[in-house]
Amino acid sequence: MLIKKPSDIKPSEITDQKHYKDRRKFIQAGLGLTGAALVPGLWLPPAVQAAREKMAGVKKSAFSTKAKPTAYKDVTTYNNFYEFGTDKSDPAKHAHTLKSNPWTLTIEGEVGKPGQYHLEDLVKNSTLEERVYRFRCVEAWSMVIPWVGISLADMIKRFEPTSRAKYVEFTTLYDPQQMPGQKRRVLNWPYTEGLRIDEAMNPLSIMAVGLYGEVLPNQNGAPLRLMIPWKYGFKNIKSIVKIRFTEKMPISTWNAAAPREYGFYANVNPEVNHPRWSQSRERVIGSGSLFTKRQKTLMFNGYAEQVADLYAGMNLKKYF
Amino acid sequence: MSIFSSRQVKPVIFVLCLVPFAYLLVGIFTEDLGANPVEYLAHRTGDWALRFLLIVLAVTPLRRVTGWSYPLKLRRMLGLFSFFYVTVHLLVYAVLDLGLDWSHLIEDILERPYITVGFSAWVLLIPLALTSNRLMIRRLGKRWKSLHSLVYVIGLLGVIHYWWLVKKDVQEPLVYAAIFLVLMMMRMRVKVPINRHSK
Repeated sequence: MLIKKPSDIKPSEITDQKHYKDRRKFIQAGLGLTGAALVPGLWLPPAVQAAREKMAGVKKSAFSTKAKPTAYKDVTTYNNFYEFGTDKSDPAKHAHTLKSNPWTLTIEGEVGKPGQYHLEDLVKNSTLEERVYRFRCVEAWSMVIPWVGISLADMIKRFEPTSRAKYVEFTTLYDPQQMPGQKRRVLNWPYTEGLRIDEAMNPLSIMAVGLYGEVLPNQNGAPLRLMIPWKYGFKNIKSIVKIRFTEKMPISTWNAAAPREYGFYANVNPEVNHPRWSQSRERVIGSGSLFTKRQKTLMFNGYAEQVADLYAGMNLKKYF
Repeated sequence: MSIFSSRQVKPVIFVLCLVPFAYLLVGIFTEDLGANPVEYLAHRTGDWALRFLLIVLAVTPLRRVTGWSYPLKLRRMLGLFSFFYVTVHLLVYAVLDLGLDWSHLIEDILERPYITVGFSAWVLLIPLALTSNRLMIRRLGKRWKSLHSLVYVIGLLGVIHYWWLVKKDVQEPLVYAAIFLVLMMMRMRVKVPINRHSK
């Protein structure tokens, strides 16, 4: 069993799910009546209150940045996850409807070992590493997040991709019951993303299954999500149910929605602006006071040393 | 509607108009504005600027449809509150978000259409705010009315500003645009019977 509960909590102390859900409704109703809901952020969204589970046997990684991680509360309440609503506070409020355990991953396309895999089996035989990565959203804000993940290269090798596997395509769960945001066609569901196989095999590329040493909260893309730290956040597709290996470049959802604004590569690049805003600086979430200035955005989000070779000779203004 | 003609109503509404601002101030002092306070302040002040603008634009259609004319007495104050919230909105962006980096500010105004449009709306509001007193109304005479019809252009710019800045989900800007459109159409429609009467 991969997931271990902290040993200092007796089963008798754990509130039954039915009870805490009722209590939540009660508290929210009360807040509505008294008007206390007017005070911003007074209550914690349901998904943040959900049980937090520690992960065991997580190793440190040399790829981690020394920068100070963004507060857990900010990482788990300020999310772009349109499957649960388009406001950044929506995922934390609504993602509790996602059933992330058990989870099956379908492997298709140009591989020697296609099929259905239980996530638990995949993770059980992998090394869990803590990778503290810089995270840069295409909307010009950034965080530092201590992910728990497994090497994407190790995972891919297990499926034995053939020589025709030039790209990897990822697909998010499509289930409007679990993901109520999918009831509105804001994007062309299900969300899909893709990487060139050499990008996917880079040592920095991981599949994240946790953060802050704990099982990944639903609003952050449970139970597994991509984490490619030199690319904009939207590349890092969440709640993945399918990985397909292909010869042709896969469709990425944001690229299809607005090709002028979001490219397939989506590498962090301070010199190529979004058509509607500058990408040269970023607002660091949770840093200091209201008067703290934006910080300069780094080429490849500061990972140029490890990944610049992947794009040698490419015109990055054209292939943005 | 005797209570609405009372002189005590106006100060009460004045205070009510300041509630959104006070709410944000409380949020600042209790450090309770979420993960991205600057963005939060910019969005909320922008919302209120646009809301006050639409309320102002609703005064005339409301009178034409219901015959209720009391809100005319509040129109100047509501218009000035719209200017107030737009100005705070601009200050949040220029001072807090850009750190008063002038080159950045100029680049944004020139190169990012949604900022060009939003900034223009603020610039156009300045003469309206400056000429909103009785002295200027008297002095400008007929020209006052044509000057203040700029508010329709400003309303349109405000709606476009919001529309162009959202990433993908235009649901909320669409609501503001629809209200603006309805208010504009109500003006046009009601004019027809009035003209017939005057023949």
